[in-house]
Amino acid sequence: MSGQVDEGLRSELQKQGIWVTSTQELYNWGRRNSIWPLQFGLACCAIEMIATAASRYDLARFGGEVFRPSPRQADLMIVAGTVTKKMAPQIVRLYNQMPDPKYVISMGACAISGGPFKQGYNVLKGIDRYIPVDVYIPGCPPRPEALLHAFMELQRKIDGQKLTGESKAPFLDANQPSEFPVPAFGAHDLEPPLNSDVFHPPTIKR
Amino acid sequence: MESLEEIKARGEAAVPGAKITIVPNPGPANQPSLLLDHEHATAIARFLRNDVALRLDHCSNATGVDWLDRKVSKKVKVKKVVEGEEKEIEETHEEFFPGYLEAVYHLYSMTHKHGPVVIRMRTTDRGEAARLPSLTPIFRSAEFQEREIFDLYGIRFDGHPDLRRILMWDEFADFPMRKDYREPDDYEYEPTPHDDVLEKAKEHYSARPQLDGAENLTAQS
Repeated sequence: MSGQVDEGLRSELQKQGIWVTSTQELYNWGRRNSIWPLQFGLACCAIEMIATAASRYDLARFGGEVFRPSPRQADLMIVAGTVTKKMAPQIVRLYNQMPDPKYVISMGACAISGGPFKQGYNVLKGIDRYIPVDVYIPGCPPRPEALLHAFMELQRKIDGQKLTGESKAPFLDANQPSEFPVPAFGAHDLEPPLNSDVFHPPTIKR
Repeated sequence: MESLEEIKARGEAAVPGAKITIVPNPGPANQPSLLLDHEHATAIARFLRNDVALRLDHCSNATGVDWLDRKVSKKVKVKKVVEGEEKEIEETHEEFFPGYLEAVYHLYSMTHKHGPVVIRMRTTDRGEAARLPSLTPIFRSAEFQEREIFDLYGIRFDGHPDLRRILMWDEFADFPMRKDYREPDDYEYEPTPHDDVLEKAKEHYSARPQLDGAENLTAQS
């Protein structure tokens, strides 16, 4: 593992033309430079996501240009826009259909908390109620640079994931869930209104 | 375009038995409208669309309005004989207006480039009898908008080809745009609540701890 090789020794060896690496580093290097996002958008944030993928901002520089229209081939779900309660079960179902390892970027105020629609009756107050989110980007909508930043943060996170040991990545742990229950349409609200295994509402403080 | 009074007169002449009321609009928009009775609404709408002078062939907008039950108290001076003397006494009368739901349509003419003519229909109450005749057979563009009125206000349109919810899911039981709708109580902590959210937040705050009076001394000094 990389931790077992002294950084100074590694640098010295590199000067002599010997490159030392580890399976974990190589594995994560490959994974982080080829993240395929799921191709779907929900609202105006999706327009910024499209701009990010297009030539001016060029997500391809970071290896994320292959937007897949099938969840079976996607690594990353960018929840770009307002998640209405009517749409929420479909989002969770798409997430469940993605193979591990999978990551979620919650893009914009609506996907984080419901945003300007938080007090309404028809918008989900954040997609993190049903699925775990790796990176949150605030903004309404966030600029393409912000999405690129979130993408780089996600790459950093992937880089730091361990393959073995106690703190290994959740997708390698058989006890960690990779699918989450899909909420049902109730008479007044989604049922359940949140997944208490994933989401804990903030406590009321005064 | 001719005035609403003329449209009303010609409409009532064209459709025997129809009763059209002109609803005034005292606001700055000053856009009075025609109130149609249920029985002849379809016939009147067809008249408005087919009449050569009017040709209101385009229904640009259909929406709903919710009017709750209301009580209006009026003070009336009444002459009464009290102790052998005739006196003028003020009495308060309470008048009760039952609530109803209303559908409003804005009609324009593509042929003559005039409009809008606003037509309305009112349900008899806000419960089981919240039914109106559908104008979709006459104006195709009303189809989705009547579905939206049904979804959000709960007016059932008789004669609509496909009356289902359009925005909310089919299992949803409430009508969210009605004034007495209460959304599910899912309040969560907000750092800076204000207005309606503050009212909601107060219901969820725990009571302040009992104070011993020392805070008043600090406040006075």
